[in-house]
Amino acid sequence: MFALRRLATNAIISNTRAAHALPELPYAYEALEPIVSRDIMSLHHTKHHQTYVTNLNAAEEKLKTALSKGDISTVVSLEPALRFNGGGHLNHSIFWKNLSPESTQPSEPLKKAIESSFGGIQQLKDQLSASSIGVQGSGWGWLGYCPKSGCLKIATCANQDPLQATTGLIPLLGIDVWEHAYYLQYKNVRADYVKAIFEVVNWKDVSERFEKAKC
Amino acid sequence: MRRFPRELLVVKPFFRYRCMHTLPDLPYDYDALEPVISSEIMKIHHAKHHKAYVDNLNKAEEGLQKALSEKDVSSQIAFHNALKFNGGGHLNHSIFWNNLAPKSRGGGYLNNGQLKTQIEKQFSSFAKFKEVFSSQAVAIKGSGWAWLGYDTRTKNLALATCQNQDPLLATVGLIPLLGVDVWEHAYYLQYKNERPKYVDAIWEIVNWKNVEESYQKAVEFSN
Repeated sequence: MFALRRLATNAIISNTRAAHALPELPYAYEALEPIVSRDIMSLHHTKHHQTYVTNLNAAEEKLKTALSKGDISTVVSLEPALRFNGGGHLNHSIFWKNLSPESTQPSEPLKKAIESSFGGIQQLKDQLSASSIGVQGSGWGWLGYCPKSGCLKIATCANQDPLQATTGLIPLLGIDVWEHAYYLQYKNVRADYVKAIFEVVNWKDVSERFEKAKC
Repeated sequence: MRRFPRELLVVKPFFRYRCMHTLPDLPYDYDALEPVISSEIMKIHHAKHHKAYVDNLNKAEEGLQKALSEKDVSSQIAFHNALKFNGGGHLNHSIFWNNLAPKSRGGGYLNNGQLKTQIEKQFSSFAKFKEVFSSQAVAIKGSGWAWLGYDTRTKNLALATCQNQDPLLATVGLIPLLGVDVWEHAYYLQYKNERPKYVDAIWEIVNWKNVEESYQKAVEFSN
């Protein structure tokens, strides 16, 4: 009797998962100034990213209920909310770590891969910038790793579509070009923001992602 | 009235003539819609964002004209994206500036008339219409527009949303009557992340006279 109760409790515990939580920034809100202002970082993190987390948790609750009832129609109807908020949570969680107030350099293996795929770091910056600036509407510019070819590639995604689920590329470095990421400081001049953000890219983090992606 | 730029005809006579799109003037000053929309937003929105759509539309159309004249189908198709984005941006904003008016010029007030009657008929009340429209506008994922349009097939009003700058008529087949821009550049400097507050506030400056005129034209067109 006691063993049965324990089995049931364990089953409930294993089926209950901790809700997603807003990760802390690895630095203070003002740490990326003058490239990205404290106001932007604070709003971006505590409002925009928090909203994705909150809405992702709500959508996942509904999904669990629908799955348990075998309600396929509701499961399917939840896809846009899961993609948008799940993608928003994934993307921003990567983004905060992709940035750093410290001066960093790409690792030797990453440098070699960049040279091989793009010709050099400046060419990578030029191409990633052009792609990011050219996103129509809201979205992200990405440097990703293609597991099939072993090459680095540049891609863009609309809205909060997450890179890997959308394109198969493993995300290494993302540039958020939603207007909320820069407008308070750069207004309509997205190009200035994209140019500037390379000064706070955390190449150590990008290099670590590259090492993991290769495995 | 169309004006033929003589220099184009002289320099590149083999290009088919067309007149360039231009940025329309706002029907009011940049600060006229305050406090609902700040003059800073209006200025950047009109003089930078809309202007960029006009300039890029002209470039894309020039490229398209060249591809057409060279029978280069592949290049023609390559211009479609830029045409939809910039053409849509120009169409949408041209409607938007006229869709708004300061309160001193009737903004926010819907007179009794055909449009009000039809809204009440279809949505049970004006308040309900605003509620449904607002919730659709707030719910747009990413950048886009919320629209009140006219469906010539059913002869009814209809609500719709479009992503990015996709123009309503070409995308959904509805005649645009009233659009609300929910791109972040339309409100962020003033409302930050609080899109619902912006959408709530914009009702105070909707130029219902303009919307009613568009509605009457749409009804005539479909009769």
